[in-house]
Amino acid sequence: MAQRDIKPRVRVPKKIKKGDVFEVKTLVSHRMETGLRKDKTTGESIPRDIIRTLTVGYGGREVLKAVWHPAMSANPYTSFYVKAEASGPMSFTWIDDLGEQYRKVIEINVVG
Amino acid sequence: MNAHSNSFADRRTFLKMTGAVTGTITLIPFTANATPQSVQDEINAIIQGKTMVEDGRVILTLPEIAENGGTVPLTIHINTPMSAESHVKVLHIFADGNPQPDVASYFLGPANGKAEISFRLRLSKTQKVVAVAELNTGEILVGRQQVKVTLGGCGG
Repeated sequence: MAQRDIKPRVRVPKKIKKGDVFEVKTLVSHRMETGLRKDKTTGESIPRDIIRTLTVGYGGREVLKAVWHPAMSANPYTSFYVKAEASGPMSFTWIDDLGEQYRKVIEINVVG
Repeated sequence: MNAHSNSFADRRTFLKMTGAVTGTITLIPFTANATPQSVQDEINAIIQGKTMVEDGRVILTLPEIAENGGTVPLTIHINTPMSAESHVKVLHIFADGNPQPDVASYFLGPANGKAEISFRLRLSKTQKVVAVAELNTGEILVGRQQVKVTLGGCGG
């Protein structure tokens, strides 16, 4: 399947103090087809198509890994917390059933 | 997946409930469904002889009544430090009335600073959402929350 129009979005506070625990909010547009539905007109079952994993890296290590099942809502939103150590990139990778990867990298700005 | 045979009556009720509200797409009838027992089986597989504690440290925040089962907001907070000595390693979430019991697993560690995650899930009917936290100390913490669903989430 061709590259799909999938938009990952991430939000973190603009400035974070060293040692503070801050919230990371993520959202990715994806239909998260469960594989349990049938198309009424054709009677064919609609194949499963979900994002399976989200991994988040920061400060040279993995700070979160999420494994998802079809019970996750469409356009999966997830938020979690991270302790601020130093300024630097935070990387996000979503991988779907088709093996396609969606990546986003943001800059964490630690002050003080 | 656990192959618990679901009673036909349950399935009928469920299909009637959701069939009335879905548009051009209907649910495929499923042969296996999550039950409180299948969720317990999953928990037992995680516990593996360790001690399970259900002492209110795992707090699930969900709407009491979910009008749209397709997207139910959930926050799980675990009342534990997130230090190198003591932290949540994995948090598993199950739903005991969905077509499949598994919802998600979140792998955490001391880098998180706080054991709390939020997301949105699908609930096909009124049921209990169960959160199981595995600590690095070997402790297993469990929390449960009943949610009333007025409009089931499609097939999920």
